[in-house]
Amino acid sequence: MSFLSSVGRFALFAAMAAPAAVYPLQTAVAAAPTKVQRVAIQNFAFSPQVIVVAPGTTVTWTNADEDPHTVTANDKSFHSAAMDTDETYSFTFTKPGEFAYFCSLHPHMTGKVIVKG
Amino acid sequence: MDHDHGHKGLNRRELLGHCAGWAGTAAVYTVAGGVVSSVSLDAALAAGKPAAKAKPFTFVQISDTHIGFDKPANPNVHATALQAVDRIKAMAVKPDLILHTGDITHLSKDDQFDEAKQILSGLDIPIFYVPGEHDFLDEGQGKTFLAHYGKGTQGLGWYSFNHDGVHFVALNNVAALKPGGMAHLGDDQIAWLKKDLAALPSSTPIVVFAHIPLWTVYEAWGWGTDDANQALTLLRRFGSVTVLNGHIHQILHKVEGNVSFHSARSTAYPQPAPGAAPSPGPLKVPTEQLPSMLGICSANFLRGNAPIALIDSSFT
Repeated sequence: MSFLSSVGRFALFAAMAAPAAVYPLQTAVAAAPTKVQRVAIQNFAFSPQVIVVAPGTTVTWTNADEDPHTVTANDKSFHSAAMDTDETYSFTFTKPGEFAYFCSLHPHMTGKVIVKG
Repeated sequence: MDHDHGHKGLNRRELLGHCAGWAGTAAVYTVAGGVVSSVSLDAALAAGKPAAKAKPFTFVQISDTHIGFDKPANPNVHATALQAVDRIKAMAVKPDLILHTGDITHLSKDDQFDEAKQILSGLDIPIFYVPGEHDFLDEGQGKTFLAHYGKGTQGLGWYSFNHDGVHFVALNNVAALKPGGMAHLGDDQIAWLKKDLAALPSSTPIVVFAHIPLWTVYEAWGWGTDDANQALTLLRRFGSVTVLNGHIHQILHKVEGNVSFHSARSTAYPQPAPGAAPSPGPLKVPTEQLPSMLGICSANFLRGNAPIALIDSSFT
């Protein structure tokens, strides 16, 4: 799976409610539309816990808790570093399938990304 | 209530009096009386005579210093860790050793480990560490912790040692956690524990310390260890077992046969009681109330297989 991943400090994202909908961004070049999806990490839970996205969607998780969390694929195919408050992690899902993940620090926190063509 | 337990005349009232006097206005938790009176005949027989080498001493547990935390629940964890140091320095009997039950740092950073060392170096007392999940969140998954504290330990930082007749066991239950689960010891560590305990007579007092509780406090928040029973099975034959942990930033204790479980306060910030909030995140309390919710735990080991008396004291 090819992907772009990054952890950064984007305080702005934390202030925004995570929209549950998938929406394409306008791009200057006429290429395949980039899709983004946001997941909030709040109160020791991923919200929404399950998301359905199209292939090529970049999912960005933002930690709104005062405790650090991670996004770690159950099969270890992707994983973030520990994210402190307001930090983010992004991963682009290119292939259809179901990708279960959890927080490796608080493993009772689980989520799933379903990629459907 | 007030009967002699046969340990050279120290009865429950004297023990409680001793602890209360020592602790001043602090909250007093004596695991002692309950354990002695609830010990089963099998355990009493298995315990046999007190180990000959055991003699009275005091040790201290500190926990969850979270060096590097700077959120509203406590913007100055450096200062509150220093308060713990002052508390220990002010003890009437200098403790022989200190157990740190993890979350030394908030984010496993090298400079946070250094800062913790610098704060605690003022004590001049040997300190024994186990990691919390906050000490194992670097990219190397514990590499930084092990670089600081792993010398002479087994596997991912577990070890044991003896002190004046008491066998201390340090366990790591924060590594390689599994999706949907709780804390985890793992087969390698449990196999090591089995070997470690094998040669010990059942009369040996045992102190086990680990970060996350070894009993299930609250599964929905992951406050427990999913394979703890395998470890506890190995410990059941011993007459006196004390299990110390941190992680939940509040005092809780439970007695199960001859095993006493105890969780200590943090020196950094409190957390909600199980299920009392939407999440187990840091609990913000009025500033003047904070010192009453932080603290340390001291332990008086009396003799032989007499239970260890645990005394939690807050900073106010």
